[in-house]
Amino acid sequence: MTGTLFLVQVLNGLQLGVLLFLIAAGLTLVFGVMNFINLAHGAQYMLGAYFAVAFYGVVGNFLGALVLALLAALAFGLLLEFLVFRHLYDRDHLDQVIATFGIILFLDHAVRAIWGAAPLTLPIPDMFTGSVILIGGQLYPVWRLVIIGCGLAVAAGLYGLVTYTRIGMLVRAGATNARMVSALGINIKRLFMIVFGFGTMLAGFAGIMIAPIISVEPGMGDNILILALVVIVIGGIGSIRGAFVAALLIGLVDTLGRSFSIDILRLMMGPSSARMVGPAIASMLIYVLMAIVLYLRPAGLFPAQGR
Amino acid sequence: MTGAAALAAAGRSGLLRPRRDIVLPAAIFLIFALLPPFASLLAEQYLVDLATRVMIFAVAAVALDLLVGYGGLVSFGHAAFVGLGAYAVGILSAQGIDDALISLPVAIAVAMLFAFVTGIVCLRTKGVYFIMITLAFGQMIYFVATSLAPYGGDNGLTIAARNTVAGLALLKSDRAFYYVTLLCLLATYLFCRALVASRFGRVLRGAKENPARMVTIGFTVRSFQLVAYVIAGGLGGLSGFLLANSTEFVSPAFMSWQRSGELIVMVILGGVSTLDGAIVGAAAYLGAEEWLSRIIENWQVVFGPLLVLVVLFARGGLIGLCSRLWRWFGHA
Repeated sequence: MTGTLFLVQVLNGLQLGVLLFLIAAGLTLVFGVMNFINLAHGAQYMLGAYFAVAFYGVVGNFLGALVLALLAALAFGLLLEFLVFRHLYDRDHLDQVIATFGIILFLDHAVRAIWGAAPLTLPIPDMFTGSVILIGGQLYPVWRLVIIGCGLAVAAGLYGLVTYTRIGMLVRAGATNARMVSALGINIKRLFMIVFGFGTMLAGFAGIMIAPIISVEPGMGDNILILALVVIVIGGIGSIRGAFVAALLIGLVDTLGRSFSIDILRLMMGPSSARMVGPAIASMLIYVLMAIVLYLRPAGLFPAQGR
Repeated sequence: MTGAAALAAAGRSGLLRPRRDIVLPAAIFLIFALLPPFASLLAEQYLVDLATRVMIFAVAAVALDLLVGYGGLVSFGHAAFVGLGAYAVGILSAQGIDDALISLPVAIAVAMLFAFVTGIVCLRTKGVYFIMITLAFGQMIYFVATSLAPYGGDNGLTIAARNTVAGLALLKSDRAFYYVTLLCLLATYLFCRALVASRFGRVLRGAKENPARMVTIGFTVRSFQLVAYVIAGGLGGLSGFLLANSTEFVSPAFMSWQRSGELIVMVILGGVSTLDGAIVGAAAYLGAEEWLSRIIENWQVVFGPLLVLVVLFARGGLIGLCSRLWRWFGHA
């Protein structure tokens, strides 16, 4: 029985991991290429979910809502880039943190003003509503498997894009030395816009995919943002590969820690104290992991080359 | 003639002008000192409550400015120290110890200890990694507080009464508590002022401008930064002690990362690397919260864009803006 429970939790960890990857990929790309720390990235994940709910109300099917919400997330991201972010690229990180914090305040409460503070829901598309039976007879919702599949597909696509295409080459070159790329005649502003828009869309996509299984509410991006920041710091800022490995690591460590911490601690102490200490340790686990990684490798596991 | 010329030269060089760096803090503290009688004259008691909150957060913000403005260490986990100080008061009180002579030193010591342990790890990293790792430690302590089931967990912990001082209920009246808070802020401010002007402060600033050079000259930069980090942590603990006593309640929300963000906002909004700016910024932020929230419920919808505008167009924060306006009018 523990075996199948373990399998279920591993799948849950993978699902959290790929979700984190979708968010962290954009965050780490934007940081790697533009040296820009965007705290509002989590708010864009939230917007993706809200746009999906709003468009679902209009068109009435998930696929249409998905496409429209992706386009809306992209348009909104580009608008923010045009209005605010592009003026911050050459500022220091402190200014970027403050300005994007201001945008979080604005978006979280604008959403609250428009859609209300009550959580909203989005139905799972009919095709994927059921559950599958795992090896040990445990049921597992199909939609979570769809999320895992989509996340892995995006990761593979991103890897191909960055490694084998011209735009990917420019992105890698920009992450190493943006000024040199610009001197070689590449329109770096347009490259920045493309990277930023793409990152925004990935965060929006994550928000849309997760919307059917969580409640869509203001501030839902804040906590996931912190997790995504932990991911990119552990992975090495600017590195997609690092983001992927770290996202899965964090997803698994967090999920498994939460499900099994009490059982593991019970081997060492009495059941009542294990019940008390377990949750505290489980929620600290990923931060301790991050502290250890940074202590041993101050630039993360896969530091991007050239910076 | 030469006398007049010398006088004019002295005027230009600023010898005869009142020194602005004394005028502003003097004005700030004078306003704080005179506020309670005025508030009771106007029958606006909420002003005293608001100013108490402002001063409590100003203690933490001044300490943060020491790190951010003078040390170049952008700590995104400063609320953790405030929260630790507050929880020290709360937990001691729940254990039946409610004298400030015990809980104040404990609050400061716990925050300093946490700053020391995490500082050793954090200061190995630089730049954006430092921002992130301080954030992570802040989140860590936040989650510890949410899982402290015996002390309220998520819901927080109500404190039965304000701390006594050597058995006397000196902090019971709001007016007395106000002046104690003012005294704490004044002490914090003067301490940080002296620290910044000392040799220690010059090393800290040197390490912000060019760490490699300071190391080459022969300073162990990291230990200076660690001492600054521990001092700022202790002052955060002091702020937490005051906060717990003022609200008679502690909760994990005191140390959420949004709180740390708000503290940075206060420092930047007022004007970084000035110490005065941290106080001005705390007043501006909490004042905006108080008054904007009366006009519209989701006041952050207005405040967020304002913050972006301050970053984009008003470098040096409110103090920088005022001194630029001052110069502009002075020379127009």
